[in-house]
Amino acid sequence: MSGDSVIEANGLTKTYGRATAVDHISFSVERGEVFGLLGPNGAGKTTTILMLLGLTEISGGEVRVLGFNPARQPLAVKRRVGYLPDTVGFYDNLTAADNLRYTARLIGFKAVDREKRIATALEQVGLSDFADKRVGTFSRGMRQRLGLAEILMKGAQIAILDEPTSGLDPHATTELLAIIRGFKAEGVSVLLSSHLLERVQSVCDRVALFSGGHIALMGTVAELGRAVLGGGFVVDIEADGAGLVDRLALIPGVSGVEKTGIGKLRLHADRDVRPEAAAEVVAMQGRLKYLGVQEPSLDAIYTRYFATRPDEEMPMKEGSRHAA
Amino acid sequence: MRREGSAFQGLGAVVLKELSDHLSSVRMRVLEWLVVLVAIAALWGAIQQIKETTAEDPFLFLRLFTTSREPLPSFVSFISFLVPLMAIGLGFDAVNGEYNRRTLSRILSQPIYRDALLFGKFIAGLVTLAISLITLWLLVVGLGLVLVGIPPGAEEISRSFLLLVVTIIYAGVWLALAMLFSVVFRSAATAALVTLGLWLFITFIWPVLAGAVAQIIAPPDPRYIALGLQTPATVQLEQFLARLSPSTLFGEVVVALLDPTTRSLGPIYLSQMQGAVLGAPLPVGESMLIAWPQTVGMIATAILLFVIGYVVFQRQEVRA
Repeated sequence: MSGDSVIEANGLTKTYGRATAVDHISFSVERGEVFGLLGPNGAGKTTTILMLLGLTEISGGEVRVLGFNPARQPLAVKRRVGYLPDTVGFYDNLTAADNLRYTARLIGFKAVDREKRIATALEQVGLSDFADKRVGTFSRGMRQRLGLAEILMKGAQIAILDEPTSGLDPHATTELLAIIRGFKAEGVSVLLSSHLLERVQSVCDRVALFSGGHIALMGTVAELGRAVLGGGFVVDIEADGAGLVDRLALIPGVSGVEKTGIGKLRLHADRDVRPEAAAEVVAMQGRLKYLGVQEPSLDAIYTRYFATRPDEEMPMKEGSRHAA
Repeated sequence: MRREGSAFQGLGAVVLKELSDHLSSVRMRVLEWLVVLVAIAALWGAIQQIKETTAEDPFLFLRLFTTSREPLPSFVSFISFLVPLMAIGLGFDAVNGEYNRRTLSRILSQPIYRDALLFGKFIAGLVTLAISLITLWLLVVGLGLVLVGIPPGAEEISRSFLLLVVTIIYAGVWLALAMLFSVVFRSAATAALVTLGLWLFITFIWPVLAGAVAQIIAPPDPRYIALGLQTPATVQLEQFLARLSPSTLFGEVVVALLDPTTRSLGPIYLSQMQGAVLGAPLPVGESMLIAWPQTVGMIATAILLFVIGYVVFQRQEVRA
């Protein structure tokens, strides 16, 4: 593991009685990186996060957060790490600013410092106008933003976000992801968990796919795509022309051509064959209406990965815990 | 293994937040009005009764607390009834409320230990109760002064002040119990119902049950019955069982403090009474000595209940 990692987990394990929620997982998060923990509900993501924060006991293995052991030095860890829990809650009878003031007092910020930090943080998440509104009136997206404001106010070096986008409408999700990118820009490392792959893919530098308490796959999205989808490129073509299928199949590197609709073809290749495909269509005097290459998407990787291992897609042992 | 940092980091912040929550809450306002109105009613009854009957009582002022006039019970009976209700009202959703509002994991991810949260909530609850009880006490003393017209002596003031202190301790017992159940039960409604049920059982059913159980375990000796006396073994067992209830303990302390002629809170032999001037009042210190075991018992109960709640809370998962 590199010397500049902020989180290092080694053989991390959590057992509840005889059930194993997290089974010997190892990963590291670099400084300034956005790292995604992805997986179905009950795969052990939240348990892993709680162990990193020292909020639940570690059954086995080692973990270091910013060089501290969360089980032995929880205060040192919690002072430097911001946490946005799954469906974060605030005191509805207090205003947004008062909620942050309480947290600031718990952290132990001085009174002068406090107000400045709160104002800046609310400004950054676009809640300045709502500082003196009671949180009871806030929408779900605003609450999530307030949660992020809390992390900003804390001046955390690591932000741990548990399902930050779940239950948000597309607009709120976009806003939230923009703030998360802002974290990265400020050099804050982000560890986020999610089961919504598509939205998360765009912000994560690296991801770890969780499955039944194990990390099934880890790496950048492109790396995972190569590993799971077999490194193949999928090129979609919409064109007409007789004998096009045969011509396209002869392009070097193309392993298969399938018809996906009237005038629609899909090429499977080991490289990006768009230029050659376009040239073939034009050479046949066909009309090219669409030509596109499919980026490896987490959704595809995920579906493919679990489709080939149906036994691991079973509902997890601690699934009932998550339902609460 | 030693933990780093203080267990009390953030305690002040929690206490202030909880205190302001309590004092501004509708629940607290309702409880306060209930207590004040009930107290005034009881006091009014006591004053009417005192004006009619007692003329030459050396401890007239203390009669304010204990005298009742039909159909109202006396001030102390009201207090022993309402204080547990107030304490339960403040404590039943202390921890599970945070849980249900989903604030618990967010608060615990701040650099504080769970100790600070639980202890802070207990202190805030106790301070709230103390504020209400002190206000009530001042109200009673003031009204008594104005309406009865006899200034209380140092003896009477110190006795009623001790009553105030013991009442706060008694409130602490119920607050600790309510908080224990707020940790154990995830649903605030369940916690409230269970606590109230236990309170009803301990306060009203247990004293009756204690007698029945004592009769079964240690049946009265027919020789004593023939003499028209109580069997010592049975009485002692009954008293032991009854004293497991904090309500019994509080009742005994109240008797010792407010009735200066009380010399013992249990059965005693005639031989132990030799040389005693019956009906002569004891000084405050002596009365307090009589009530001391009961007082310590209540403090110990509160601490025990708090510790059990603390241990359960420490071992609990915080995930929502």
